[in-house]
Amino acid sequence: MATETAATTETFAEDGVRRRDWIHIAALGTAGVGAASVLFPLISQMSPSADVLAASSTEVDVSAIAAGQAIKASFRKQPLFIRRLTPDEIKQANEVDPSTLRDPQTLAERTKEGHEDLLVTMGVCTHLGCVPLGAAEGENRGDFGGYFCPCHGSHYDTAARIRKGPAPKNLHVPDYEFKSDAVIRVG
Amino acid sequence: MSFAWAKQYEPQSAFTKWLDEKLPLPRLVYNAVGAGYPVPRNLNYMWNFGVLAGFFLVVQIVTGVVLAMHYAANGLVAFATVEHIMRDVNYGWMLRYAHANGASFFFIVIYMHIFRGFFYSSYKAPREMIWLLGVVIFLLMMATAFMGYVLPWGQMSYWGAQVITGLFSAIPLVGEPLQVWLLGGFAPDNAALNRFFSLHFLLPFVIAGVVILHIWALHIPGSSNPTGVEVKQESDTVPFHPYYTAKDGFGLGVVLILFTTMIFFLPNALGHPDNYIEANPLSTPAHIVPEWYFWPFYAILRAFTGDLTIPFTGIILVQAKLLGVIAMFGSILIWFILPWLDKSPVRSGHYRPLFRKFFWFGLIPAMAVLFYCGGAPAEQPYVVISQIATAYYFLHFLVILPIISQIEVPKPLPFSITEAVLGKDTAPEAPRTGSVDGGDAGTATDGALQPAE
Amino acid sequence: MTIRLGGIIAGLAITLVLVLWSLLPGAYSYAFDPAPEQQPSAAFYEHGHGPEGGFSFDGPLGKWDYAQLQRGYQVYKEVCSACHSLKYVAFRNLQQLGYTEAEVQAEAASWTIPGIDPATGDQTTNPGKPTDAFPPVYYSGQGHPPDLSLITKARHDGSNYVYDLLTGYGEPDPAKAAKVGFETPDGLYFNKHFPNVNIAMPAPLSDGQVTYADGSANTTAAMAKDVAAFLTWTAEPSLIQRKQTGWFVIGFLLFATALAFLSYKQIWAGVKPKKK
Repeated sequence: MATETAATTETFAEDGVRRRDWIHIAALGTAGVGAASVLFPLISQMSPSADVLAASSTEVDVSAIAAGQAIKASFRKQPLFIRRLTPDEIKQANEVDPSTLRDPQTLAERTKEGHEDLLVTMGVCTHLGCVPLGAAEGENRGDFGGYFCPCHGSHYDTAARIRKGPAPKNLHVPDYEFKSDAVIRVG
Repeated sequence: MSFAWAKQYEPQSAFTKWLDEKLPLPRLVYNAVGAGYPVPRNLNYMWNFGVLAGFFLVVQIVTGVVLAMHYAANGLVAFATVEHIMRDVNYGWMLRYAHANGASFFFIVIYMHIFRGFFYSSYKAPREMIWLLGVVIFLLMMATAFMGYVLPWGQMSYWGAQVITGLFSAIPLVGEPLQVWLLGGFAPDNAALNRFFSLHFLLPFVIAGVVILHIWALHIPGSSNPTGVEVKQESDTVPFHPYYTAKDGFGLGVVLILFTTMIFFLPNALGHPDNYIEANPLSTPAHIVPEWYFWPFYAILRAFTGDLTIPFTGIILVQAKLLGVIAMFGSILIWFILPWLDKSPVRSGHYRPLFRKFFWFGLIPAMAVLFYCGGAPAEQPYVVISQIATAYYFLHFLVILPIISQIEVPKPLPFSITEAVLGKDTAPEAPRTGSVDGGDAGTATDGALQPAE
Repeated sequence: MTIRLGGIIAGLAITLVLVLWSLLPGAYSYAFDPAPEQQPSAAFYEHGHGPEGGFSFDGPLGKWDYAQLQRGYQVYKEVCSACHSLKYVAFRNLQQLGYTEAEVQAEAASWTIPGIDPATGDQTTNPGKPTDAFPPVYYSGQGHPPDLSLITKARHDGSNYVYDLLTGYGEPDPAKAAKVGFETPDGLYFNKHFPNVNIAMPAPLSDGQVTYADGSANTTAAMAKDVAAFLTWTAEPSLIQRKQTGWFVIGFLLFATALAFLSYKQIWAGVKPKKK
C-alpha cells in the first residue's frame, strides 16, 4: 500500500517519469529476471546429458592390428580409424613437404612419440561429415593411398591429410593416450 | 464488441503504424488484454484464475515439449527414459516435476475458475457460449491428463489405462471391440502407449485453440463481475491494462510460490508411490486410484453398485457398470445444459439467499465428500456415502437449481457496479461485494488520484 | 422450459435409481450384515516411524551424510546385492558419494557385468566400467526381490519404510498368535512392519554383519539406517540439490511477489472509491 507521504508529495520529474514509478519498474525488472532465468534449464536440457558425457572416452585394444591393416572403432558415436602404417606408407607420408599441403602437418605431429606407425583419426570427412572409405580391406583408398571420401571426392594420403577434393582439413586426430603399448584411451 | 468508451489503439512509431496496416496483431492484443479492454472495476480475486489457467497451459506445453525431447513411447524403455530424464538430463528432474505438479495446479486453478462460474452464475446469458467452450476445455483437459499419466508406464499408469479404457467396454454391443480398438490390443501395450503419447502431444494445442475461442466469446459481452449487474457506464469499468495486469501479476506470484514449493519440496506428494514401480501386466496394485483431480468423478463412477432391473422379473435393463459410466460422463455433461436449467434473472450468488445456501451447504460439501470417497478404497462406508453425495449432485443441478430459480426472492440489486463499489449517498449500507477490492473501498483516505489521462 | 422439465425428470430418475437399486440395499447390508472378517495378520501389523532422530536429509534444510551413504553402499554391496538389482544407477554415479574417479573405476571393476562376445555370440562377463549400470540379478528362490533403485519412492514414506522393514523382524507374540490362530506360513518370515506381516525375504541383517572401515556402529539398526539412506540417494540423487534450489527460487519469488503487490496497490490507488 502506498504511503500517504508518497501519495501527497507526488511530483513530476523533469523527464516526465513520476517518482513512484520506480516500483513498477522494479516489479517488471524482477519479473524479467525471473523469466530469463527460467530459460536457463529449458536451454540447458538440450546439451549432452550426464550419461552421454560419461561415455565420451573409449578404450581400444590396438595390439592385434597388423601393419597395413586398419580397424574401425566407435568414439562418441562416431567412427574412429586406427591404422598400423607399413614402413612404405610412413616413407610416402614423410616425403611430402608439409608446406605444400592445404593443412600443413607432418606425420610425427599426427602420431604419438614412439608409436609413429599407429595413426588414430576420426573417420569423419572434414568436408561434410561422411565416413571415408579405406579403413576396411579392399576399399578404395584414393589417389594418395590413404582414405577416400565418396560423397564429394576428397582424397587423403597415408597420414590421412587432405590432398585433393573439397575437404578443408586433415582427418581430425582426437585426444588420446597410450595406457600401455597395447591399449589406447581416446577422449 | 466492447464498450463505446473503450480506448482505441494508436500506433506511435512508423513501424507500428506500418504493422497495424499489414497485420494488426498489436491492436488485437491491445483490445484483448490491453488498455483497450474495459473490465468491471469490482472483480475480486476469484477472477484471477482465468489468467492463471492460461499460464499453466503454457507451463504444461513448454515443459511437455521439452520432456518429449527425451522421452520414448515404447513399453520396453518408457519407464527407463523417464528415469533418464530424472537422473541424467540437465535439470530433467526440475522439468519433470514442474510438468507433473503443473498438471495438478492446472486443475486446481481450473476448479477454482469453474466454481467461480457456479457461484456467480457466469454461465448465464449472454455468456452461455463462454461457458460451453469452457466445459469443452475441461473435457479436453481430462483426456489429456489421463493420457499423460499413462506415459511414465508405471504401475498406476498401466492399470489406469486398463481401467479407464475398460469404462468403454460397458457400452452395450460395441463396448468390448471398442476397448480393443482404443488400446490397439487386448491389454495396454506399445500400441496404446504410442497413441496416447501422440494424442497427449496434440490435445494441448487443441485446448489452446479452444481457449482462444473462449476468450473471443468472452470479449463479446465483456467480463462478468461479482454483482452480476451488467456494465452500464464508463465509471463501471477500468482498462484491463494496467489495472488487471497488475492484479494478475500479483496473483501469479502467489500461485508461483505455492507451485515452486510443491516442485522443490514436495514433488511427489500429489502422486502415487506405485507409479515408481515399472508397469507389470501380471500384478495389479492393491489400491488403484486415479490422480486426485479425478476423484469426485471416480466416486460417481463407483457409486452405482446395483443393476437397473425390472422389479421381480430379474430382467436387467442397464448394468451397474454402464450406469456408473453414464453417470460419470453425465455429471460433467450436465454442465452443458446448466445455462438453461438455472433461469433466475439474478446472476450473483450474493443476491440469491436460497441459491447461496444450497451452494455452500449442498454442492460444495457434496463435491468434497465425492472427492474424499473417490480417493478412498471401494468399501463401506465410503460406497454408501458417495451414493448419497452422487444423488445430491444430480439433484442439485437437475432439480434444485430449476426450482430455486422459480421460487427464490432475490435481494435488491445495486443499480450499477459503480454504486455497488462506492455506495449511494443515501444508503451507505448499500450491498457490498465482499470482494477484497470492495473491502479496500471503505478504507481509502489518502485520495490519491492517477494523472488525468 | 422443456430443458428444465427434462432436467427435473432426469435428476429424479437418477436419484431414484441410486436410492432404490443401489443405495438402499447397500445401506441395509452395511447396517445389518456382519463386518467382513479381517485377516488375522492385520492384528500384528505395526506402523513404523523410521529411525530414532530421523535422517540427515529430512526436512527442507536436510543434507546428505556422505560417510553414511558410503556405508550404506557397502551394506548394499555385501548384503542386498545378492538378491536385489539396482539397475537405474551407474557406477559413475558413485562419484557423487565422495569417491574419486580412480576409486569409482576400481569399484566398478570389482563387479562383473554380463555381456555378449560379438565374435561368437557366447555370453561373457567383463569387469564393470564406470559407465555401466549395476548388473541385473537373477533370483530363483521364493518371492520376487524388487529392483531397489527407486524403492524409497515406490513405497509410502520410503526411507522410513526401508528402515522399519529391515528392523521389523522377530516372532509374533505367541499368546496373541495362539488366540487368533495365526501362524507364519512355510517359507515366509514374520515382519511386523510388512503390510501383511508375512515376507518372503529372511532377515537380511544381523548385528556385526558388515564391518565398516570407519569403525561406525554396525548394529542391525545402524546398518538399516545406512542402507535406507543409500537407497534414498539412489532413488533421488538430486534430492539435496533440489531443496537448495528451492530455497533460492522461493526467496526470489517472495521478493518479486512483494514488488508485484506494491505495484498493484500503487496502480489501484487512483481508483479507490471516494464518497461523493
